[in-house]
Amino acid sequence: MQRNKRFFDLKRILPLLLAAAMYAAPLAITNQYVLRVCVYVSIYSILACSLNLISGVCGQVSMGHAAFYGVGAYTSALIALSFGLPWPICLLAAGVLSALVGLLIGTPALRLQGGYLVICTVGFNELVRLILLNWVSVTRGPMGLTNIPRPRFFGVAIHSGRQYLYLSMTLLLIVYITLRNILHSRFGRNLRAIKEDETAAETMGIRVHREKVTAFAIAAGFAGMAGSMLAHYMLYINPNLFIGDFSTTILSMVVLGGMGSMPGSVAAATLLTVIPEALRELDRYRMLIYGLMLICMMLGKNIPWDTTPLGRAAARLRGRVKIARESEHGGKD
Amino acid sequence: MLLKVEGLNTFYGNLHAIWDISLDVGEKEIVALIGSNGAGKSTLLKTLAGCIPARSGRVVYRDEELRLRHMRSDRLVKKGIVMAPEGRRVFPRLTVENNLKMGAYTRPKKEWTDSFTRVYDLFPRLAERRGQMAGTLSGGEQQMLAIGRALMGDPKLLMLDEPSLGLSPLLTEKIFELIQQIRDQGTTILLVEQNAVAALAVANRGYVLKVGHVVQSGTGRELLSSTEILRSYLGTQ
Repeated sequence: MQRNKRFFDLKRILPLLLAAAMYAAPLAITNQYVLRVCVYVSIYSILACSLNLISGVCGQVSMGHAAFYGVGAYTSALIALSFGLPWPICLLAAGVLSALVGLLIGTPALRLQGGYLVICTVGFNELVRLILLNWVSVTRGPMGLTNIPRPRFFGVAIHSGRQYLYLSMTLLLIVYITLRNILHSRFGRNLRAIKEDETAAETMGIRVHREKVTAFAIAAGFAGMAGSMLAHYMLYINPNLFIGDFSTTILSMVVLGGMGSMPGSVAAATLLTVIPEALRELDRYRMLIYGLMLICMMLGKNIPWDTTPLGRAAARLRGRVKIARESEHGGKD
Repeated sequence: MLLKVEGLNTFYGNLHAIWDISLDVGEKEIVALIGSNGAGKSTLLKTLAGCIPARSGRVVYRDEELRLRHMRSDRLVKKGIVMAPEGRRVFPRLTVENNLKMGAYTRPKKEWTDSFTRVYDLFPRLAERRGQMAGTLSGGEQQMLAIGRALMGDPKLLMLDEPSLGLSPLLTEKIFELIQQIRDQGTTILLVEQNAVAALAVANRGYVLKVGHVVQSGTGRELLSSTEILRSYLGTQ
């Protein structure tokens, strides 16, 4: 009980401090290129967090997330171009349509498991790319959609890099908080149970398939919103932005960040967006080194850190903090 | 009669696994299903729990005929038919308490407190370890958790699949004591067990299964005293 009364509880204050720092940081950034990378970090973080819900938390590995990103981007751009509707409506429409497509694909696909599901989602990604490429009358095919209007709020168009960064960060924050609340809800617990043991979850009375499809649709919806953000930021989109390779990148972010960890997904999305940019100077060796780094990072995740001197030191530190806390609470908690 | 099954047939694809099985389970009874490997005991339990669809037959539960097409685990759990699956299958990376909460999934939150009290009274060990990850519990504790989790659904009919699997004789004895205790509290138990002697010793009645057929039934004592049954079907001396 005592803990609730403590105002300066680090666990409560830290997220607020981080959010404050996040909102203050763009004021210090003047370089347009850095701002641009930061916007991409926010968009990719949304993608990674949303994929984490279905692949990390619920354990259903999907390699077709870029398809929903594309559906969202095209939906939003087409609505804005055809009807001139304001961006928030385009954003919502992108989210809803992507979620519906997720529902449509997820319902049969999530009856499959493991490798079969992966192949199925890869196929779906390719299908969406081909539709975007060949349905020229609507999507303008390989030429892509141009002149997508900028988001406007109260008659003022967003145009500077910093404004875009604030917008994308706010969207990320909303998505992050929503997903975090989902994780701590009954639904989130069901998803974790399904990942742990589907049969056991079923015997508890959980409708396993329905929960999986719901999570898939939610993830698809948020990916669609990220797509909308991208379309109205780049002002130009083409089908090549939503190929299967990119789905693999999003999945690497989820795996690197830790399956099921939302802060991990954001951190990994940041890392995997910033590293290729930082390596630009290496020119043609860039992707080679990026690939090697990715392999090393994945291998590094498998090292039993607890048994290394570093891990033992960290454990000692954690133990000390825990003991200090317990004595502070007088043993009752 | 709590549960009446008549002429139940279950298939795995083309494989006919359960052949015209009929059985009765009375209120507050322990009914044991025994038989050697591949006899269809677990399949029968899974069918009754809604995990595998039955192809034909009649299932009457508390005087209500259950339509086979509607026998889905979530509906059955709500009606009070809960299964603790074979091999314990606790959620290893959820805490003991969260595992128990999963068991109460279909029930309103305000009813959870009584079930928690009941489970923690039955298994004080789980109360001590409520914050611990279930995967770090010992085999016996995991089995207690699996049973406790099933009890959180407030079952009228609790179906236990091989609760003594992989446990030491001492722990097996303890688990069977607890099963009797649960029955005495008013929960009917349908028990599948390879350890036929231990199961029949606590069971009011039993059914002996062989390749998907019921070959013998009777009270626990009758079946236990029949050396013929023990030798022919259960491989004991």
